Amino acid sequence: MSLKRIDLLICCGSGCVSAGALKIKERFDEVLAENNIEKEVNIIETGCMGPCDYGPVMVIYPEGIFYQKVTPEDVEEIVNEHFLKGRAVTRLMLQDKDKTIRMQKDVPFYHKQVKVALENCGYIDPDSLDEYIATGGYEALGKVLLEMSPQETIDIIKESGLRGRGGGGFPSHIKLQMVHDNKDEKVKYIICNGDEGDPGAFMDRSLLEGDPHRILEGMMIAAYCMGASEGFFYIRAEYPLAITRIKQAIEQAKELGLMGENVFGTDFCFDAEVRTGAGAFVCGEEMALISSIEGERGNPTPKPPYPAVQGLWGKPTVVNNVETLGNIPSIINRGAEWFAAMGTEKSKGTKVFALTGDIRNTGLVEVPMGITLRELIYDVGGGIIDDKPFKAVQLGGPSGGCLTVEHLDTPVDYENLKAHGAMMGSGGIIVMNEEKCMVNVAKFFIDFCVEESCGKCSPCRIGLKQMLEILERITSGQGKEGDIDELLRLGESISKLSLCGLGQTAPNPVLSTIRYFRDEYETHIKEQKCNTKVCLDLMHYEIDKDKCIGCSICASKCPTNCISGSREDKYTIHQIDCIKCGNCFDVCPTKAIEKIPGIHPEALKR
Amino acid sequence: MASIAQNKNRLYDRLAEVIEEKKDLRNPLIEILRIAQDIFGYLPIEVQEFIAEKMDMPASKIYGVVTFYNFFSMTPRGKYTLNVCTGTACFVKGAPRLIQMLSDELGVGMGETTEDGLFTMSAVRCVGACSLAPVFVIGEDTFGRIDTVDKVKEIIKRYE
Repeated sequence: MSLKRIDLLICCGSGCVSAGALKIKERFDEVLAENNIEKEVNIIETGCMGPCDYGPVMVIYPEGIFYQKVTPEDVEEIVNEHFLKGRAVTRLMLQDKDKTIRMQKDVPFYHKQVKVALENCGYIDPDSLDEYIATGGYEALGKVLLEMSPQETIDIIKESGLRGRGGGGFPSHIKLQMVHDNKDEKVKYIICNGDEGDPGAFMDRSLLEGDPHRILEGMMIAAYCMGASEGFFYIRAEYPLAITRIKQAIEQAKELGLMGENVFGTDFCFDAEVRTGAGAFVCGEEMALISSIEGERGNPTPKPPYPAVQGLWGKPTVVNNVETLGNIPSIINRGAEWFAAMGTEKSKGTKVFALTGDIRNTGLVEVPMGITLRELIYDVGGGIIDDKPFKAVQLGGPSGGCLTVEHLDTPVDYENLKAHGAMMGSGGIIVMNEEKCMVNVAKFFIDFCVEESCGKCSPCRIGLKQMLEILERITSGQGKEGDIDELLRLGESISKLSLCGLGQTAPNPVLSTIRYFRDEYETHIKEQKCNTKVCLDLMHYEIDKDKCIGCSICASKCPTNCISGSREDKYTIHQIDCIKCGNCFDVCPTKAIEKIPGIHPEALKR
Repeated sequence: MASIAQNKNRLYDRLAEVIEEKKDLRNPLIEILRIAQDIFGYLPIEVQEFIAEKMDMPASKIYGVVTFYNFFSMTPRGKYTLNVCTGTACFVKGAPRLIQMLSDELGVGMGETTEDGLFTMSAVRCVGACSLAPVFVIGEDTFGRIDTVDKVKEIIKRYE
């Protein structure tokens, strides 16, 4: 056995890998070999550590030193200075104002976070079952199989107050109880819903990639509760690494006898299979997901019957979100009281969020339920980039809604978000600064839902298309009096009449933006103006003659040759031919080109 | 020409093997279609009919499944599929502009293949690399924070 004196944890989450983490790892292998210390350093490729914006990041133990934005060129210095001479490389540490942050635990991003589902993510090697076991993995499974009855296990989950993390927040124990109580049916299934289709969300991906055994263990405990002996992971095709990791975890668990026949010498038998999605957002809806596993078009079916009664191949089935399953082992190990002590009255425990948009610390975070949006955005997220004013935050993806400045002190839990017209969703949080046009954002989401609607029921198929046409009209300057009311009327009907969750929630982004940004819609319609200068038809470019130096770069880059002038007269844009590509704006060395809200009078002649 | 036909036969043989292997799984259609697309690059009607015959199911059902899922394509695709993320985070950070830049650079629109058959440009819903927005993916390589034409050019060059 070799003696390793240093543990080098390199974050290999999707963000850091895209930023070059694997090249850094290769470089470490080379430099360590050159110095003959490869036996002294243990390189561990972990799952997502969270602060993707600082990527590639790494943590070096025993000290716990945190390096950020590391490049392959920095590797030699880290090895020579830190590993050989014991002097940590200060310039790679995070700078917070005037302070240099040495340790991972001191990074402000982590301060308000509490890791439950993400406990091991970014700490262990997801390829290694041994590392998972070393952190207490499969203890919970052993405990329930050897010491507890399925009913006792369900009771613990009930007492913990765990609710589904996939969006709706349905109490997790109810489904398990229903299927458990069905004693006539011998064949039951459990499904892990890893079809994370919400744009702007990567929680499930990070969990599946970063700690696959935890999800598998959670699935087996849930299976034991309800009496299922077969499980399915339904993971979207866009997540190839997650698929590989779960498949590998299943193999490893089988090899060690943690899965298969008579687990831990008990009567419990379990097998799991991975099925991959094929790119359809609606397959995140549980009935559609079941159809997809059955090899059909992913069309939802009316509920009832609920899957708990008649699900996969007509058998009782429980569909759980990845994060929900990821919480279960911790609840069993640490007890229901510990879990219920976190969060608010009705929303217990923690929630994983993907923080993105115009925010400093984009990344993966886990915070106690009930944290305010302000804490989440400013303390954890580090505030808005360039300290621009905050405008809105979008929660819950295409099913969710936008909240504004006045909601910053709202506690984040299922009830509060719903009351304000947003929803928890699976946990994607997109922060927007004042430069974003809310009508355009609403149009984006409706466009998404129109594309992803399966077309089975007409309110969703036809109604959403109608809403999109109205929004396109408004953003192109053709908006009419009464369009807003028509959007509201359509939205409410679609919500009430659609067959599945996709249609029922699809109008939410429009309804919530009208609720909080009605004036913005009105400016678009009545004044034909987009004040944020996002909607191209409702803005124009102009050259400020005082700033223009007559260099002609803009004219040379204009694809329609609509800019003319000379060094003396300066340059002018001929509005009729301008296609608003923005090339001139980008290339102007003196920033003389301005975006102006509204249509230029000259362009109206077109 | 004979070699092309032979080559084609070989592809069908491989598909037949796969179907034989997966046939006994429960409802393996989507898995089989996925592998078929890997073998042929796309799923033309002939391939769908072949699968229908081998699996003893109506071709219309297979057509229904193929056209339902974004992942399946009935037209030939380029050597590389260039997927531009159109998720919310990328949208907010400028995906529409990225699409414009890529489109100008490659000379194709969404869903089209470049003349040299190298790239097919398509849009995907969130690749889950939101912190790097705006993002596009070629094969399994993700490219993030692409906000200038120069960056686009540099990446495209690597694949030529």
